[in-house]
Amino acid sequence: MTDVLKIENLHVSVDEKPILNGVNLQLKRGETHALMGPNGSGKSTLGFAIMGHPKYEVTEGRILLNDVDVTEMEADERARLGLFMAFQRPIAIPGVRLADFLRHATTNVRNPERKEGEDLIPMREFRKEIKEKMSQLQMDTEFARRYVNDGFSGGEMKRAEILQLAMLQPKFAILDETDSGLDADAVRLASQSIAQIGGEEMGLLIITHHDKLLEHNPPSHAHVMLGGRIVESGGVELAHELHSNGYERIRKAYPDAAAMERAMQDEEQTV
Amino acid sequence: MATDITDTGVQSPIGEINKYDFRTTSKGVFKAKKGLNAEVVNQISDIKEEPDWMRKFRLDSLEIFNSKPMPKWGGEINLDFQDIYYYLKPTEKQGKTWDDVPIEIKETFEKLGIPEAERQYLAGVKAQFESEVVYGSLQEDLAQKGVIFTDTDTALREHPQLLKEYFGTVIPPHDNKFAALNSAVWSGGSFIYVPPGVEIEFPLQTYFRINEESMGQFERTLIIVDEGAKIHYVEGCTAPMYSSESLHSAVVEVIAKKGSRCRYSTIQNWANNIYNLVTKRALAYADATMEWVDGNLGSHLTMKYPAVYLMEPGARGEILSIAFAGKHQHQDTGAKLVHCAPNTSGQIISKSISKDGGRGSYRGLVRVEEGAHNTKCSVVCDALILDPESQTDTYPYIEIMEPDVAIGHEASVSRIGEEQLFYLMSRGLTEAEASTMIVNGFIEPLVKELPMEYAVELNRLIELQMEGSVG
Repeated sequence: MTDVLKIENLHVSVDEKPILNGVNLQLKRGETHALMGPNGSGKSTLGFAIMGHPKYEVTEGRILLNDVDVTEMEADERARLGLFMAFQRPIAIPGVRLADFLRHATTNVRNPERKEGEDLIPMREFRKEIKEKMSQLQMDTEFARRYVNDGFSGGEMKRAEILQLAMLQPKFAILDETDSGLDADAVRLASQSIAQIGGEEMGLLIITHHDKLLEHNPPSHAHVMLGGRIVESGGVELAHELHSNGYERIRKAYPDAAAMERAMQDEEQTV
Repeated sequence: MATDITDTGVQSPIGEINKYDFRTTSKGVFKAKKGLNAEVVNQISDIKEEPDWMRKFRLDSLEIFNSKPMPKWGGEINLDFQDIYYYLKPTEKQGKTWDDVPIEIKETFEKLGIPEAERQYLAGVKAQFESEVVYGSLQEDLAQKGVIFTDTDTALREHPQLLKEYFGTVIPPHDNKFAALNSAVWSGGSFIYVPPGVEIEFPLQTYFRINEESMGQFERTLIIVDEGAKIHYVEGCTAPMYSSESLHSAVVEVIAKKGSRCRYSTIQNWANNIYNLVTKRALAYADATMEWVDGNLGSHLTMKYPAVYLMEPGARGEILSIAFAGKHQHQDTGAKLVHCAPNTSGQIISKSISKDGGRGSYRGLVRVEEGAHNTKCSVVCDALILDPESQTDTYPYIEIMEPDVAIGHEASVSRIGEEQLFYLMSRGLTEAEASTMIVNGFIEPLVKELPMEYAVELNRLIELQMEGSVG
């Protein structure tokens, strides 16, 4: 059976302010979906809600992974079930070496039943693997000794996220604007790496404004988000259309969602 | 106090005890009467058969203690000084049994995975024959280089001239009430003398003789690093320290002479009912470097501010301090740097973690004396708070008498970040693992300064402290 991630009628609030207003989405392992939409339409919110950030409160609807309801689960439980999110702006954790962190993470994700205090995956095995993955990503192995995201450049952060993706091999990965802040070469490297890692093994939800990332990861599906819901879905041609023509057609076609978008933006300005 | 010793008042000390030879198995136990007065102080001097100058030093110190008010610098102390035993002949291990060791300490040993025999030894229960051997061979090697490394009582007998010259010169009895107290009733501690130019590459540790010297209530440590010499001294160990007394008040004096280098590292984990009031100070002379690495866990209240007085040009002082305050604990810790000469430099890094309603305070002093121009000093203090019940305060005192100095002070307080937790958890770490990782990262600058085995144990201790702190 193919793994399926299903989002049903998802409503999400942050600090009691509604952001998502009924999102429906189904993603199968092996598929690549592009999630597009103007700023503030709720794309990242959807990512955080799927991953289980405590600030993002699901007020209605649910998230299912292979028919298991994960809506109320902690982020770590979701990760161990095979969910992953590459963050747009990952936070720094001073004093914690990337390798140490990744060894814990890899152990837990591969052995979801592991109890605290039980052995981590053997150092030799882990080292060998992380070395391989880093060389694939053209990363200096010294990088693994640095503190997680501490003093990383934008490009380094994104590559560290992709390294984690490569090590954890999730069933489903959300990539939240992994291309933002990168120059053309870096985007090419990132998108090639993702294609190489993901291949046909993962379900990818790629959140992006642009289609650069999509060149190497041609989406099987594309979705447009506006005013906190997905208003239109299609194939790769929809992604290209939005990239070339912007969101004017969408706003006109879905006046309700456009009105909601304006209302949310107005509220943001008054805060 | 050990349970099988009853308070029968003053016993005749002489003849009861096996004089001086603290290492032989003596059946005799002497315990002074509760409370503090000249009689008790005289008894201590009698038992140790001390020279007159030391007896006088003790008695003078007692007077100073009696006349001094409680210190204003520090946390709140509620102690009845007359309700404490000030001296127990250090054969107390004979009176201790494994049953006397507090349950939480036993649990800690167990969790740390320390073998049974070592546990008993570290708890001060077991005699230390095996360790004596190790300690003995170490001693021999050092002795050949002219290094003296012994307990302070022995030093007073065997090296009276050195003691007379330096004892109480860095921290005189009138320095503060607790320095006076220690000066009156001190016992045990370490004495180290490193001759000019001798560099000891491996850390000298009191690990091997923890029960006798370091378990003392009022130990007194004196370290003299002569010109161009180099030493790293590690006091105690990360194993829990407990005392059946409510007060631990040590004095540590360090003299780092011209061009020398001294690092003093300690990590202590006290039982939760202890007032841990320690005065630590070093004098650093021309181009000498003095480093304190100081970690504090446990105790009810710890007041500890390792100090470096930069006495001559080119002296450097570095203090790395870390405290972990848990339930019902106040860690009032920090550091002092006093620039007494031009072209001196110093650095203070202080980190505190508080959880379960614990309170961590940074209290620090940076003083630039008149004439100490072109001095440089930086202070960084970071506090990490793990839950809303816990608390942190910062009391930085900066006194500068010269215009051309560079002093930096940075302070930060962070709650264990929701975003950090989420980030780590989104990669499959449990909340407990994630918090522990964040805390261990926070103390990383200290851990990497420690010898390997201490670093590992400190991390494990922090993990134990973190247990059950979340979820």
